[in-house]
Amino acid sequence: MDMIRRTVLKSAGATGVVAGLLATGMLMPTLAYADDWNKAAFEAKNMEGALKGIGADGVSDNKDLLLKAPEIAENGAVVPIDVTSNIPNTTSIAFLIAKNPSPLAAQFEFSNGAVADASVRLKFAETSIVRVVAKADGKFYSAQREVKVTAGGCGG
Amino acid sequence: MADPMKIRAQMKGDVAEVRVLMSHPMETGSRKEADGKPVPAHYIQNMTVALNGKTVIAGQIAGSVSKNPVFGFKVKGAKAGDKVAVTWTDNKGDKRTDEAAVA
Repeated sequence: MDMIRRTVLKSAGATGVVAGLLATGMLMPTLAYADDWNKAAFEAKNMEGALKGIGADGVSDNKDLLLKAPEIAENGAVVPIDVTSNIPNTTSIAFLIAKNPSPLAAQFEFSNGAVADASVRLKFAETSIVRVVAKADGKFYSAQREVKVTAGGCGG
Repeated sequence: MADPMKIRAQMKGDVAEVRVLMSHPMETGSRKEADGKPVPAHYIQNMTVALNGKTVIAGQIAGSVSKNPVFGFKVKGAKAGDKVAVTWTDNKGDKRTDEAAVA
């Protein structure tokens, strides 16, 4: 194992392996991330972790958060999801897909007249629950629906 | 530099309906080519929508958003002729801003 390691390290400088690794994002220099990107939440590997990452652990469903999602998606790579929040003072809406390798897909903050309403297109790796989480007056509310996927969308 | 975004903003009553189509591969980093080589992660992380220079929507996204993202938003208080500007930044530090007028 050590011999392999030494060889790899020896060639790293000469062949630009480091540059290659850099391009994949695996070395993760801090420059690669924009100022305000919730890394912990986006890299969480399960719904619980992702919800915790956005501060919404323990969130429960609320019927005033309207979620529109297809019952069956033929193409898991592009699934249209629409959300409208009728909860007063909604300031953000997040989208999570339970069975994706990293469930948190997006989070939008609304201000200066933006309506708490968003339409997105998401990838579903497989049949999964999609959960949307709204933040209003510092509290969280969710809505969820299962989307059946006939062809998975992460290209694996 | 990436391909330009398509931005459509139309007044419906007192609300501007904004539709944005971005050109971006949105690679999660877990996909593999036919030969088994992993395709590096390359996705938009941040985006903003501004109306006449004021941010109305600030979004954080990642690889679970579909390739060539399409978003729909609604903004109150806009009027025909107002400027809508959309900006995105990705994990490689690439950035793009496009503008359109509200119809």
